[in-house]
Amino acid sequence: MNPWNRLMCYCRRRSPWLFHMNSGSCNGCDIELIAALTPRYDAEQLGVRLEGSPRHADILCVTGPVTHNSVQAIKTVYGQVFAPKAVVAIGSCPATTNVFIDSRTLAGPLNKHIPVDVFVPGCPPRPDAIVLGVAKAAEILAERGVQKPAAAALAADAPAALLTAAPEAIPVSLASAAPAAAEPVAVASAAAPAPAAKEVQP
Amino acid sequence: MNLTTALARFLIFPGLLFAVPTAWFFLWVERKAVARMQGRIGPPFMQPVYDFVKLLGKDTPPRTGVAGLLMKMWPLLAVSAAAGAVGLLPVLPSSGGFQGDLILLLALLELPSACIIAAGFSSRSIFGEIGSAREAVLSVAYNVVFLLAIVSIAASQHTFRLEALAQLPASPLRWLGVAAILVCLPAKLHLNPFSLPNAEQEIYSGPMTEYAGPELAMWELSHGLEWVAATGLVATLAAPHVMIVWLAILLFVALSFFVVLLLSTLAAATARLAIDTTVRFYWQCTLIFAVLAISSALFMGLRS
Repeated sequence: MNPWNRLMCYCRRRSPWLFHMNSGSCNGCDIELIAALTPRYDAEQLGVRLEGSPRHADILCVTGPVTHNSVQAIKTVYGQVFAPKAVVAIGSCPATTNVFIDSRTLAGPLNKHIPVDVFVPGCPPRPDAIVLGVAKAAEILAERGVQKPAAAALAADAPAALLTAAPEAIPVSLASAAPAAAEPVAVASAAAPAPAAKEVQP
Repeated sequence: MNLTTALARFLIFPGLLFAVPTAWFFLWVERKAVARMQGRIGPPFMQPVYDFVKLLGKDTPPRTGVAGLLMKMWPLLAVSAAAGAVGLLPVLPSSGGFQGDLILLLALLELPSACIIAAGFSSRSIFGEIGSAREAVLSVAYNVVFLLAIVSIAASQHTFRLEALAQLPASPLRWLGVAAILVCLPAKLHLNPFSLPNAEQEIYSGPMTEYAGPELAMWELSHGLEWVAATGLVATLAAPHVMIVWLAILLFVALSFFVVLLLSTLAAATARLAIDTTVRFYWQCTLIFAVLAISSALFMGLRS
């Protein structure tokens, strides 16, 4: 890896800008995502910024079980985020459609429509789990930027296969490269309440 | 006029080599001050640099035709105008180099805002157009007060030359003018009571909605340079004239930093006003002081 790529990797990992998209969520996960930016959790220490426009974003955060009405919007917004990009599915709904499974109004789960990199399960997940998921996505993003396009496409396809195998078994799944490399990370949604804000080294 | 001195002032101090790191530093101070006011830790020190480098490495949308060319041009024009404005500031006591006057500085300070308006309209996004319209209204609102304040300072000291203004001792009228400029700065820098053009919860990112990658990085840089130029203008007008070079630089940086802290604290402590309230604030409440300043300046000019 040449020095410029190494610098780019370093900066990408430390500056994930989010775009938040609701695909028919009950607002529970949306509230928790906003809570991750509050003084108690302070995701800005990791360089996180909630952006107004998908054009500015690196990480697309999707909540909700993906209704028929929102499928086209999700695809459009995913196309509006410029490469390199990553997708974080927040809550159980985009991962498995949760309690709405078999509903005729749904077209979920999310990875049927766009490639998902990190799943943060929970109904709703705790804000510290969301911060952890975003940090994982930022690591994936940093590696993806320097990969060859073909390898990146392969990596983007990988998580879909991984999730359909055993959706419940993956607490926060890291699926950047081959499925063998993906190992479940400690169950963040059951973590103890976070202490008040303290210095986090990315 | 010495060409070497002029180039050194534009490229080294207070120009690009000094202004770009200072711009990033001020952007960090702004975010950190807001975070501390909200009881958070805030971003790490190098955050604006990380953001800038990351944005340079992202893809940009394919743009074609004249509109695409214009959209690429606006951020570059804004950066060069803001950098030129910083380069004109009379920080160093030694005369020589390119001696610009106040009118050129004002034009360069106003150019980034004009670029933002044009960028929003040429992006053809509905949010960009609304943001640009708001920026235009805001610009008309604060510029009346801003220009009157500058003119009253120039009239009270009988000169439009920046070097002469920096060397003359400050009169009470100059302090009135500096206060009026300070009131205009939040609107000029799109800070919170007057952050109408980039109101996130209302119109996405306003004029910047369609920008991505390196172009957005240039907009961030131009915003930082505007910080340096605008706070530097206040610092040079308020600082006492000293002949020692390092002391002059130190005073300039310290005063600019103080103004940045003041404005960031104000931004964290206030909520966004509606556009009509903003215009009323500038045209009804603040205009009185500006008119007072300029009329007394002219009156004193007639007497002396």
